[in-house]
Amino acid sequence: MAFAFNEETRKQFDWLLKRYPTKQACLLPGFRLVEAQLGHVSQESMDYLAKELELPPSFVHGVFTFYSHYRREGDGKYVVQVCHTLPCALRGAHQILDCFKEHLKLGVGETDAAKKFTLKKVECLGSCTTAPVVQINDDYFENLTPEKVRDIVLALQNDEKSPHISNGPTLEGGCKGMMPMVDAYPKGR
Amino acid sequence: MIVNDLPTKLLDGAYTKGEWSLENYLKKGGYQAAKKVLAMPRDPAANNIPALIEEVKKSNLRGRGGAGFPAGMKWQFIDYKAKKPRYLAVNCDESEPGTCKDRVVVTYNPHRVLEGILIACHVCGIEDAYIYIRGEFVVEFEHLVGAVAEAYAAGYFGSNAMGSGVRIDVTPHRGAGAYICGEETGLLSSLEGDRGYPKIKPPFPAVEGAWRSPTLINNTQTIALLPGIVNMGADAWAKIGPERNSGPMIYCLSGHIKKPGLFELTMDVTLRELVEQCGGGVLNDLKPKAIIPGGSSMPVLRVDGQPYTNAKGEQVTDNYDIRMDYDTLKNANTLLGSAAVIVMHERTCMVSALYNLIRFYHHESCGQCTPCREGSGWLEKILARIVRGEGKTEDIDGLLSVAGQMSGTTICLLADSAAMPAGAFITKFREEFVHFCKEKKSMVENAIRL
Ligand SMILES: Cc1cc2nc3c(=O)[nH]c(=O)nc-3n(C[C@H](O)[C@H](O)[C@H](O)COP(=O)(O)O)c2cc1C
Ligand code: SF4
Ligand code: FES
Repeated sequence: MAFAFNEETRKQFDWLLKRYPTKQACLLPGFRLVEAQLGHVSQESMDYLAKELELPPSFVHGVFTFYSHYRREGDGKYVVQVCHTLPCALRGAHQILDCFKEHLKLGVGETDAAKKFTLKKVECLGSCTTAPVVQINDDYFENLTPEKVRDIVLALQNDEKSPHISNGPTLEGGCKGMMPMVDAYPKGR
Repeated sequence: MIVNDLPTKLLDGAYTKGEWSLENYLKKGGYQAAKKVLAMPRDPAANNIPALIEEVKKSNLRGRGGAGFPAGMKWQFIDYKAKKPRYLAVNCDESEPGTCKDRVVVTYNPHRVLEGILIACHVCGIEDAYIYIRGEFVVEFEHLVGAVAEAYAAGYFGSNAMGSGVRIDVTPHRGAGAYICGEETGLLSSLEGDRGYPKIKPPFPAVEGAWRSPTLINNTQTIALLPGIVNMGADAWAKIGPERNSGPMIYCLSGHIKKPGLFELTMDVTLRELVEQCGGGVLNDLKPKAIIPGGSSMPVLRVDGQPYTNAKGEQVTDNYDIRMDYDTLKNANTLLGSAAVIVMHERTCMVSALYNLIRFYHHESCGQCTPCREGSGWLEKILARIVRGEGKTEDIDGLLSVAGQMSGTTICLLADSAAMPAGAFITKFREEFVHFCKEKKSMVENAIRL
């Protein structure tokens, strides 16, 4: 399916172009806009970005695959990322991973047939003082215990808001990973 | 000595729910320092810009990103008069295992970071600043963007920043999950829209960085400390904490500790005080065995009181009562790094712990340099073999030899970051590695799963 920015993402993209001295610099932010619109970054959207930014499609693809955090085609609705680096491992990350495997009936790197859950092992999420830590989509879950894992999976299986989110204070009308309030800070050139 | 009631802290009152707004920041005297600095004309004849750089040098502010490089010295390398655009990249990639302070600073005190950016930009003649924040930090990014919007609305940024007539713009920029983008040249490659490949230095970013222009790169915490220095005056600020190790430091306490968390203290604190008093002691009242003092790349300290044979063949013991400042740790052959203290108790198998760390570095190697890509791969393979119970005692010297060939032979320091912990773990806990190879099982009874 061919991809094109919609009105909102186009507005953000045009604004981003003015924030950097080169077009290429908008590639990473561009992937984020595609993610916001489509839920993941598709092959077509990469070709689209390549054209918009006057870059070779193979280059865009190469840059995309260098980074691990973008959502890919075929990922489940909920991407569960279990941190297993030393500080988390010291506090039982493996037990937490086992719990997710058991409740989701998935192995590491797998997505269920209904495309609801993807289970991943990831490296340090930058929240080691609240280990063990898991990130599901945009949300952090900290100081996890097997009981909390069970609650979280149960809620997400029913598409309910998950308990135990530890994101700290959130911003009113959060920007969902995009740059909000485009007009609030136009470039002063 | 634990001193936490100190001026110019970053984790101040804002470190509670919802107090990060501009209104609250202004109530606490926010943006006064930036106002003072931006009121100074950027006229070389006035000579006040070099004077400000002198101030930063006098403050002894050392970069909080890991290397502890004097901030004033780095600023001096930026040619602030050249007729070329200059850039500021604030490093908020924060991916060094154990480290989680920048995240809290941008979430709870974003305006301090922005005020620091105004100061750094004005002094170094920079018009465009970027805050490179790791992609996983979505809520943190939203806070930052919210604060940026507030600051623009108040006229602090833009074509006439704070009414000074100079243009200063700031753009938060999201990464996407790559540790190597925390390395300064990797960060710049990523900012330019490329793979996060580090580049050979020299040229240093201060001379030729982002878009081949002079670029200042500082850690988020380094930048956020600037307003405090301007407000207090460099001489007074330099007196916070031990000599040459000035200013508040945020220690991230993780691992086997009863109360993990962030503690913002002067660098007078000792390792034992951090663990026993700040962290409430070791988890389950077990004995501490090994502590990494400055993030996973830094050499581990052996704190069970047992002697080991160092590289020079001497029998030595590490000091649990060591003062946690840059210079003292350096003299003890380790480094303060990002002040991320990772505690491991007596039921931790050092072989498995090292295996976990090396897996991290192998995973995060960008693959440009053979010694790093292959070296970290070999370390991981050999350690995996030992942990599976298939190791041979020769493997231990094999590990040391591979690690030895990784240091100093690569574009960036990631290779050293893998080699340093490998060397320290094996040197200081050699008997555990020997035991694992000979007996095909860990020397630690009842070891926790890693
Ligand atoms: C492999 C590697 C990873 C790094 N990761 C980070 C990081 O996540 N955050 C950071 O501030 N500095 C990191 N650094 C250090 C930066 O290269 C750079 O020294 C620092 O951002 C400079 O800021 P400072 O002078 O204020 O400390 C890393 C360095 C290396 C070699
Ligand atoms: S040392 Fe490793 S991470 Fe750094 S540039 Fe070389 S291969 Fe990449
Ligand atoms: S090790 Fe898991 S968040 Fe840092």
